[in-house]
Amino acid sequence: MKRFTQHMLFWPAITLALLLVASSLFNPSFLALTWRDGHLYGSVIDILNRAAPLMVVSLGMTLVIAVRGLDISVGAVVAISAAVVALMIGGSFSATGEVQSAHPLWVALTTAMAVAAACGLWNGLLVVKAGMQPIVATLILMVAGRGIAQLLTGGQIITVYYSPFFTLGNGFLLGLPVALWIAGSLWAALHLVMSRTALGLFVRSIGGNPEAARVAGVRSAAITLCVYTFCGLAAGVAGLIVSSNVKSADANNAGQLLELDAILAVTLGGTALTGGRFTLAGTVIGALIIQTLTSMIYSLGVPPEVNLVVKAALVFAVMLLQSAEFRQLVAGAARR
Amino acid sequence: MNDPAIVLEARDISRAFPGVQALSGVELTLRAGEVHALMGQNGAGKSTLIKILTGVYAPDAGSIALLGNAVTPRSPIHAQELGISAVHQESHLLPNLSVAENICAGKYPRHPWTRGGGIDWRETERRAAELLASLGINLDVGQLAGGLPAALQQLATVARAVSTDARVLILDEPTSSLDAEEVQALFALIRRLRDKGVAILFVTHFLDQVYEICDRMTILRNGRFVGEYACAKLDTHGLVAAMVGRELAATTRSAATEPADGNAATPPILTARNISRRGQLKPMDIELKRGEVLGLAGLLGSGRTELARLLFALDKRDSGDISIDGQPAKLDHPADALRLGLGFCPEDRKHSGIIADLSVRENIALALQARMGLTKFLTLSEQRQIAEKLVAALGVKTASIETPIGQLSGGNQQKAIIARWLATHPRVLILDEPTRGIDIAAKQELMNEILELARGGTAVLFISAEIDEVVRVSDRIMVLRDRTKAGELPRGADENAVYSFIASHKT
Repeated sequence: MKRFTQHMLFWPAITLALLLVASSLFNPSFLALTWRDGHLYGSVIDILNRAAPLMVVSLGMTLVIAVRGLDISVGAVVAISAAVVALMIGGSFSATGEVQSAHPLWVALTTAMAVAAACGLWNGLLVVKAGMQPIVATLILMVAGRGIAQLLTGGQIITVYYSPFFTLGNGFLLGLPVALWIAGSLWAALHLVMSRTALGLFVRSIGGNPEAARVAGVRSAAITLCVYTFCGLAAGVAGLIVSSNVKSADANNAGQLLELDAILAVTLGGTALTGGRFTLAGTVIGALIIQTLTSMIYSLGVPPEVNLVVKAALVFAVMLLQSAEFRQLVAGAARR
Repeated sequence: MNDPAIVLEARDISRAFPGVQALSGVELTLRAGEVHALMGQNGAGKSTLIKILTGVYAPDAGSIALLGNAVTPRSPIHAQELGISAVHQESHLLPNLSVAENICAGKYPRHPWTRGGGIDWRETERRAAELLASLGINLDVGQLAGGLPAALQQLATVARAVSTDARVLILDEPTSSLDAEEVQALFALIRRLRDKGVAILFVTHFLDQVYEICDRMTILRNGRFVGEYACAKLDTHGLVAAMVGRELAATTRSAATEPADGNAATPPILTARNISRRGQLKPMDIELKRGEVLGLAGLLGSGRTELARLLFALDKRDSGDISIDGQPAKLDHPADALRLGLGFCPEDRKHSGIIADLSVRENIALALQARMGLTKFLTLSEQRQIAEKLVAALGVKTASIETPIGQLSGGNQQKAIIARWLATHPRVLILDEPTRGIDIAAKQELMNEILELARGGTAVLFISAEIDEVVRVSDRIMVLRDRTKAGELPRGADENAVYSFIASHKT
């Protein structure tokens, strides 16, 4: 039992379960799943679908945090990636009324992801080669990135009409949302890479003690650079899902404050912000907690103007539940 | 029991950690105006006892009485309020604050005009200066603490500890980074405090220091109380036997068989020519041969560590070439050194050796894995096998190989780090102060291990501030002074010959 409660994922999982129970109390049909038109419908599926971009971004963020870094530019990179893909697809009506894309879809997707990875590489270079503090280094792209996205879109919301692109954010595969498949396979791939190659050990040792890792012969600089690049790429993928979901690219609002949600998801999942030990599965749970919270607030019919305050209060409660010190305090008070 | 001089009495103290009974039924009695030594090997429970006295841990059983009243320190601050202060191994001054700010930290005098709002800096400096003067320490209190030499920082730390009217002062290995002269300065301070009636608990691994300054000692072994002795009544031999629980045979190179002759004919594995780094090492040559232990002696700051770091490419060298087996080697990153078959146990175990949060297994597997690269992965069972084997071979005391290495005692951490390098089967192993801060039995085992390695064909560069150790294990001794080579001595040279090289001043 003790081993069970001390598992890294125990408290995140309990928190998520509690939120799901609470949601189903407010809304009895919350956990109901129905099969319609060849795929699953229901609030839970909806949450999974909506949480997908956050999961993808947070997975990248987990690794950055694990090597003692931080990337607060991911929201801006989401906007850049959305802008690039929308521009590349373009969308003009042909004479027959059929929508054409300016570039083949795969070219557009690859270009957007490459641009996003380049953004990550830039962050990594600033941190590793220029020796900047991660929060400052990525602050640069956080501000500049949104500016770049606005330049690309000319300050307009670019609407995409080319329907094959919509599959990413709205389509279904084997009854489940495509976005969920993307997030799930990214998690599975990362999990394999971290547990079947030495990368996991290297990342943990760099985060645990960078100097000792270097003395032990770990090429910390190269690995850290790769991690930042991957984080940029992940943000890019999230940008594709987001823009496909809303069928447009909005440079001002796409990925707004996503960096904070991602950091929160990583923390909720049980990865320490000080680096070292990390958990990818915990991050996925963390992202689900955040999305469940958000959905809960909407389904409770909280007025939009107090929405953020309610969310903050819930996040506060969740963080208290996860704080070992707080639990000890409560347990101590209960014993007295 | 009713001795009026008794300041602190700890009775029957026990404390367990998961998998380890760290202390069981330990006794400690400290008297006013006495320096009391706490002796024991690594893992004997010294640190745990100190942490209980200073309120870091609560004991599972037992009682502490201060001046006859039962007390239970709840935190280091609470312990300090009770009158129990501690100074730890490394100085804990804040480098970016002045000496005065450090000494008064947490209890700054307030400005009378602002009713407790502002800090009275002039008063802060005055109090700090007064305190230092009363202790006979000559130090400018306006200086930044970070700019002071280690010894003065240590003195200032002690001053800070006693500034709270401490009745009991605990000194946990305060001398481990000081040289002989600095130790004397610290001892002078300890004597002054002792004469003021402070009860002092002194923890060290240096036996000669115990006999120099202490009046009594308490010996622990494996978490148990062995006894309390008057220093005058127990000689070194008896002390070591009590700590270890058995008699020790001193390792010497001569006893270690194997003539390393014919070495002249053996081509060197590693040759460094003319290597230097500005401000750290003047150009010098060094050769390491198969199966030989090269001892590197010299004072702190003589260039010992700097040379080791250049050889392992931890620092960039300004000049010079390094060749391995006669072939010029590309050696720009520790990863290159690793690939070429070098290993390096750094001096500062906590900062650049262990990764505290990771398990013993992960710490041991790290260098070998780094050498194999990303794709050739050591499976969990391979890592376990390697770790189990080395933990057993080096006698690392740990609850399991999955225990975070940070929970091990210092000597066992050191052994685990050596295990990390042994796992890579290095051809050249550089050991920078491997015996620092570990107890006498562990030192003995470590030196046996070093000789064993050399017998197996590894070239070992052994760096130590303790000349007797260098003399005992080395085939050749190289003495550094003023960041360059002062001389070289053959095996069997005595300590005095080494000292004469160290001491000879350049004219």
